[in-house]
Amino acid sequence: MSDTTDAGVGTTTDAAGGTTSSAPSRRSLLGWGGAGLALGAAAAGGAVAAVRGDGGDAVPAADTGAAVPFYGAHQAGIATAVQDRLHFAAFDVTTKDRGELVKLLKDWTAAAARMTAGQTVGEGAYGGLAEAPPDDTGEALGLKPSRLTLTIGFGPSLFAKGRFGLEGKRPEALVDIEKFPHDNLDPARSDGDLCVQACADDPQVAVHAIRNLARIAMGRAAVRWSQLGFGKTSSTTPEAQTPRNMMGFKDGTRNVSGTDAAALDKHVWVGDKDGSPWLTGGSYLVARRIRMHIEAWDRTGLQEQEDVFGRDKGEGAPVGKAKERDEPFLKAMKPDAHVRLAHPDSNSGATILRRGYSFTDGTDGLGRLDAGLFFLAYQRDVRKGFLPVQRNLARNDALNEYIQHVSSAIFAVPPGVRDKDDWWGRALFS
Amino acid sequence: MRAVRLSVVTAATTVAALAAVTGCSSKSDSKSADGAIQVTASDDACKLSKTEFAAGHVQFSIENKGSKITEVYLLFPDDRIVAERENIGPGTKQNLTAEVKAGSYEVACKPGMKGSGIRQKVTVTGGGQTPKRDPKLDAAVAAYRTYVQQQADDTLPKLKTFTDAIAAGDVEGAKNAYAPSRIGWERTEPVAESFGDIDPKTDVREDGLEKGQTWTGWHRLEKALWKDGKIGDEEKKLGVQLSTDIADWQKRVGTAEITPTSMANGAKELLDEVARNKITGEEERYSHTDLVDFKANVEGAQKAYELLKPVAAKNDPALATELDKQFAAIEAQLDKYRADKNSYDFTSYDKVGESDRKQLSDGVNALGEPLSKLAAAVAK
Repeated sequence: MSDTTDAGVGTTTDAAGGTTSSAPSRRSLLGWGGAGLALGAAAAGGAVAAVRGDGGDAVPAADTGAAVPFYGAHQAGIATAVQDRLHFAAFDVTTKDRGELVKLLKDWTAAAARMTAGQTVGEGAYGGLAEAPPDDTGEALGLKPSRLTLTIGFGPSLFAKGRFGLEGKRPEALVDIEKFPHDNLDPARSDGDLCVQACADDPQVAVHAIRNLARIAMGRAAVRWSQLGFGKTSSTTPEAQTPRNMMGFKDGTRNVSGTDAAALDKHVWVGDKDGSPWLTGGSYLVARRIRMHIEAWDRTGLQEQEDVFGRDKGEGAPVGKAKERDEPFLKAMKPDAHVRLAHPDSNSGATILRRGYSFTDGTDGLGRLDAGLFFLAYQRDVRKGFLPVQRNLARNDALNEYIQHVSSAIFAVPPGVRDKDDWWGRALFS
Repeated sequence: MRAVRLSVVTAATTVAALAAVTGCSSKSDSKSADGAIQVTASDDACKLSKTEFAAGHVQFSIENKGSKITEVYLLFPDDRIVAERENIGPGTKQNLTAEVKAGSYEVACKPGMKGSGIRQKVTVTGGGQTPKRDPKLDAAVAAYRTYVQQQADDTLPKLKTFTDAIAAGDVEGAKNAYAPSRIGWERTEPVAESFGDIDPKTDVREDGLEKGQTWTGWHRLEKALWKDGKIGDEEKKLGVQLSTDIADWQKRVGTAEITPTSMANGAKELLDEVARNKITGEEERYSHTDLVDFKANVEGAQKAYELLKPVAAKNDPALATELDKQFAAIEAQLDKYRADKNSYDFTSYDKVGESDRKQLSDGVNALGEPLSKLAAAVAK
C-alpha cells in the first residue's frame, strides 16, 4: 500500500470517515471528465487505493464502503478504480414495444441511482403492505454502498431492423464479432440486447443490484446469461498493487489508468466526431468468458509458464528486466509470448482498458475447476482495439494451449446519466 | 381459554347461557328450550326460530321434516363453512353447534344434499365485530369456492377412468388418463394443499418423501407406468387408495378457509408451482406431461384473478392491465405446444428444447411478478 500514500493524503481531507458523504466518491468521479480532473489531479486513482480516515491511518478504498457518484459525463464502472467483485448480466428484451423498453430504462436508471447510493429500491425491503412483496429484496440492508457501480450497454441485436426503430442508429463500430480460431462459443452464454455490469467491493451488494434490476425488468426483459467474478484481474490504478489472475500472474500492469484523461479520451471514450453522436462520452465493451485449463496449467514448468506470459511469476517483470513496471523489451520475449503479442506495439498501438474478473463456477462434470477469466475490455473503437489484438492472440498466443474462449458479447456503452431527469440511453431513444 | 370465552358470553347473555358453554353436547337438551335455535328443514324450506342471536356458543336444533336426506350449514358471507351437519335423514333430529363471532352469516339447508341450498340470512350480535368486507370480494370468494368444488367434483370421473385402467392392468389406457385426472387438482392446488394430510398422499414426488414415508399417489403410478411400464398388485392397491384420498379431498374441499387475500396468493403460488416444478420438468419427470399441469396451474390462477378483478382493477388499474396482458401472453405461448386449442394434448415436455423452456420461464416470470402484487391490490 505504500505507493498509494501520496495520493491518499491529497484526496481525503473531506472524506474523513465519510462512508455516506459524497466526498470520497466525488473523487472517483475525477476520471470522468475534464472539469473533475482540473480540480484534483492524482486524486482519483489514489483515492481508490487509500482513503484516509480521521485517525490518519490509510484505509483501502474498498474498506471505506463509500458510494461512487452515479451521475456524470461518463458512466461509472469504467474508469472507476476496479472494485473487488463483479456480477455481470446480459438481457434479452422481451417486449416488442419501444415505449415499454424506454420505460424499463427509466425504471432501471432510477433504481440504479438509488442502489449505487446505498439505498433500497422503490419503497424498501420492509414496512410496506403486509400482503405485498417488498419492492427491494433486502439482502443489501445494512451494507455500505461498497463503491457499487452499474454500467449499462446496448448489444447489436437491439438495433436490428423491425424491433425498436434503432437500425439507423447502430454505430459502425458496434460490429458483430468474428469467430476467432479456437473459439468454442456457447450461444446461450453469448450476446444479449442489454447488459449491466455491477461492480462492488462487497459481492452481496453487486448481486443484490443485478437481482433487483432483473426483477424490475420481468415482462420487459429477461436475463439471458450472467457471470459472477470474485477477484479483479486488472486495475485502473497503476500505483496500486497489480492483482493476479487465476494462472498466478500479475495482470493489467500496463492497463489504461483511470486518471489518465488523455489516454481515456484517446482509447476509451467515444468522441463527438466518431460517427454516432448519441454515443459521445460512451464506450464499447467486449465481454468474453475465457475458461482456463487450470489443471494442465498447474502441471506446467515454471520456465514455460513465464515464457508463455513473457514476465516472471514473482515480480511480474518483463523478460530481461528487474521490476514489474520496467518498460518491456518485446524482442527479448518469445515470439508467441502473451505480453508481447498483446502489447500495443505489436498491434499498431491498439490499446484497451481491461476490467476483467476471475471466476470459478465450481467444477465441471469431470471434476475440473470451472475457472478462468471473465474478460471485460472498454475501448473507443473495437475495430482499433479488441479486434486486432485478439486476431493476433488467437492466431499466435502460446497461452492458447491453456485457455478457451467460451462466450463472447459486444455492447455499445452510452454516456453517463447527467442528472435526475436524464436516463440510460436517452440520447439513443430521443 | 375457557375463562376468556366465559366472560364474553356472560357479558352478552344471561347466566343461564353458561350451561350451554360449559357442556355443549351433554347439556344440550336442558337448554334447547331457550338457548338453541330451531331449524326446521323440509324439501322446500329452511325455517329458523330466530335470525338474530348473540355471539358466542350457538346451538342449532335441526329437524328434517322433508322427504329427502338433508344437510345444514352455517356459512360466512363468502360461503366458507363455519359448521355443518350432514346426513340428516327424513324425520330425524340433529344438533349443530358452533363458536360464532358477531357478524353476518347464512344458514343453508340442502335437501337432497345438492346445490347451494335454501338460504336464510342471520345476524350475530355483540362481541368483537368481524370487519366488514367489500361485498364484491365476498362474491368473489363465494364464486371461487364454487369453482374449487366444481374442479374437485369434475375430477372424480376423470380419476375413475385412470384408476379403472390401473385396476384392469391397462398400461396404455392408464397413461392416457393420467394427465387429465390431474387437471382439477392442479387448477386448485393451493387449496388442495391447504389440507396438509391429503397432498402428501396424492401428489408427492419421490424426492419429496420423508424418511419412512411410503410413496403413494399419482407420481408413484406415473413412474410405474412410464418407467417400469407395468401395473402390478401393488399399483392396483395404490390406484384404489388414490381414489379414496381424492374422494376425501372432494368431500372436504368446501371447508377450506378462503379469503380474497388467500385467493390472490393462491394464484401467485400456482405460478410459483410452474416456475419451480413445471419449467424444470421435475413434476412429471416420467410422463413429461408437465405442460398439462402448467396449463391447469395458469387456468386456476386466471380464474382467481378474474374473480378478484372487479376490485383489483378499481384499486390498481395499471396492475389489472398488466395482468390481462401477461395472462394472454402466457396463454398464447402455451398454445404453441398444442395442435387443438380445446384439447389438453400438449407436446411432451422432453421434446421442448432449452431455448423454448427459457422463453416459457421468461413468460412465467413476466406474469408471476405482477401477480405477486394482486393480494395487496385486493387488500387495500
